[in-house]
Amino acid sequence: MSDITFHIKRFDPADGKPPHYQDFVVPIAGSMTVLEALFSIQEKQDGSLAFRYCCRSSICGSCAMYINGRYRLACQTNILHMGVDRVTVEALPHMPLVRDLVWDMDDFFTKYEAIKPWLIRNSELPDTEVTQSPGERLKLNMPIDCILCAACYSSCPSVWTESNYLGPAALLKAYRFEVDSRDEAGKERLPSWDNERGVYRCHTIANCSEACPKELNPTEGIQWLKGSAVRRRLLGRKK
Amino acid sequence: MVSHQLIVVGAGLAGLRAAVEAKDAGVDVAMLTQVHPGRSHSGAAQGGVNGALANHPDAQDDTPEKHAFDTVKGSDYLADQRSALQMTTDAVPAIYELEHMGCPFSRFDDGRIAQRPFGGAGYPRTCYGADKTGHYMLHALVEQAYRRQIRMYIEWFVCRLIVEDGVCKGVVAYSMTKGGFEEFRGEAVIVATGGAGRTYSNTTNAVISTGGGAAMAYHSGVPLKDMEFVQFHPTGLYTTHILMTEGCRGEGGYLLNKDGERFMARYAPTAMELAPRDITSRSIQTEINEGRGIDGKDFVYLDLRHLGAEKLAERLPGTRDLSIHFEGVDPVYDPIPIAPAQHYSMGGIDTDVDGRTVMPGLLAAGECACVSVHGANRLGGNSLLETVVFGRRAGAAAARDILGHEHAARPGESDGRAVVAVQATVDELAGREGSEDAYVVREEMTEIMRTHYGIYRDEAAMKTGVDELLALKERLKKAKLRHTGGVWNLDMIRTMELEGMLDVALATASGALVRTESRGSHARTDFETRDDERWLKHTLAFYQADGPPKLDYKPVEMGLFEPQERKY
Repeated sequence: MSDITFHIKRFDPADGKPPHYQDFVVPIAGSMTVLEALFSIQEKQDGSLAFRYCCRSSICGSCAMYINGRYRLACQTNILHMGVDRVTVEALPHMPLVRDLVWDMDDFFTKYEAIKPWLIRNSELPDTEVTQSPGERLKLNMPIDCILCAACYSSCPSVWTESNYLGPAALLKAYRFEVDSRDEAGKERLPSWDNERGVYRCHTIANCSEACPKELNPTEGIQWLKGSAVRRRLLGRKK
Repeated sequence: MVSHQLIVVGAGLAGLRAAVEAKDAGVDVAMLTQVHPGRSHSGAAQGGVNGALANHPDAQDDTPEKHAFDTVKGSDYLADQRSALQMTTDAVPAIYELEHMGCPFSRFDDGRIAQRPFGGAGYPRTCYGADKTGHYMLHALVEQAYRRQIRMYIEWFVCRLIVEDGVCKGVVAYSMTKGGFEEFRGEAVIVATGGAGRTYSNTTNAVISTGGGAAMAYHSGVPLKDMEFVQFHPTGLYTTHILMTEGCRGEGGYLLNKDGERFMARYAPTAMELAPRDITSRSIQTEINEGRGIDGKDFVYLDLRHLGAEKLAERLPGTRDLSIHFEGVDPVYDPIPIAPAQHYSMGGIDTDVDGRTVMPGLLAAGECACVSVHGANRLGGNSLLETVVFGRRAGAAAARDILGHEHAARPGESDGRAVVAVQATVDELAGREGSEDAYVVREEMTEIMRTHYGIYRDEAAMKTGVDELLALKERLKKAKLRHTGGVWNLDMIRTMELEGMLDVALATASGALVRTESRGSHARTDFETRDDERWLKHTLAFYQADGPPKLDYKPVEMGLFEPQERKY
């Protein structure tokens, strides 16, 4: 058992004050995670603390936070493994705050919706499955594991400087459908990402790929989309 | 007041599928959800979804009837047999539909959807996307909801049903991001809020799996059915109870005790590790109880080492990640410490195959509901199936009612009383004496459920448990809100949830105490055998404000399969 100080960025829209930090000391034993420590604080020290949570097993994407200067899922962050006695916890940077560690998701999901994030089919559907070879399916492996936690989006300097930029998560989703052998979007989805607020705003800084707690590579997907847009113009095919 | 024709509470797989169905029928539908739909607990499902597609080389002659038989046998004959057949028949088009929606299932070499063996199944019929099937299915349906521009009220905590003259007319919900309560009125309400795993301390479930929807219906007079049947998944990670999919054993993983013995040979010599979950969990618990846990402790090993790194990467990548991140064990090189953990509520809001409850205007689907197709023990791969099959049916039924105005309740005008009543409840919570802490009550409740209503049960422990839960209800009345702020008030949400959780826990406890037999997941050391003569019937629990629920019973729908002894 050791005492760890949690240095938490607080914000209350009702009190008119700018965000500030507050310290809480939590006794840590065993495999306690940052999310569990936040629950402990909320239960035993300050009932007003606000944070998002759900699955606590790194699949729902609720609890992406900025923890000791790194983008992490609070549920996946074992405190003792960090090897520190002071843990700073902040909401995802560059996001509008709702309260404490909770940020406003509206822009993030509006941009997600903007790229038409669904499989587009035009030909008649068979009675059974649309077949897809294991090789074709393998191309989806990386982008389909996105949990929409927005760590990438929060980490992207192009998002910071251009509020209209779709950002890495939405573009990774566009990539997920454009590489799907079953997708027949043709040019239907293209205008949403083949523009100034889409792929060309990515300057391959690759913060997104470093920030991703699922170790995905949005930068790679975005570069594929750029290449695909060029191929479509010059060769008339996307791959 | 906000008005929509159909209000869907909860936006996991069942709620999403219901909303999509109703929207396509031309209904104005709104979803209210505590978390963004893509964050719902459906996404944590791993191993797969069952359907007799007959894609697997060893399943060429699989049929929905055989799937129904396995489901009914797995249920220890408590499932309603025609309902089970309805589900397994709907399964095949439901899975093709998911595929057409874009769900990225894993594939066989011929390009068809891949299937793997699962517990209690006579054929390999579990369709999967690696070991993240729930995540893939959930996102496919979220995408369909966006495509249809279905109205989503995200981060709204629904706290009460509006019932007038015995008819459900809407809900009252708390806006987490704006603060304050709002009345939502509709011609029908579908509750799809998931299970109640968090009534137990050792659960695989998400923190939001608090049984809230079931509690709302229960408090409004709708009975909960078969709540004593609680599934313990054989393989929860030892320290965190996080799920290790049944797919691990479907792909050939072993269960080992401290002697390195595949002990399932003694309990299910034919099915071995792929016995149904109730039997496998009991076997593990027996090994532990008899001192054959690892180092004499309360866990055994799930051994995947012989599968090799390549197969793990292809079929079980999420399992490897979870095991490394949450248990510090890399299953390529070391066996995974596991123990059974609460996983699924077989019981729930009493519904028919179309999601209808006894209350006009109120429907339910998914884990919060009980049709019943799982009876006393659910087969792995049947819960994802249940969500899309019964979500669709409930959405269709609600749409028929609304568009045909058959049973549909006109939403009525608001007089503002519903919101005033909820606000009064919150004011009362804030004004309590404060000699108790809600979180302490919650911790004690979850330990009572784990120790007294776990894998093995007996009269003495269960009797004590009911008394202890009733005492906790009294203590909770002395716990006050420590925070009364308007926006993102977790203290208020979690305290309101707890009141419902205690009542749902009491329904489980009371039903279990009275049922003097062992059936499926309900295993009593003082009544070790199934008693079809007295107990081949569903339990109905009716809420009572004071004391435990009033219990009633109703017959199981038979007609297809005669009960027999379950051997695997």
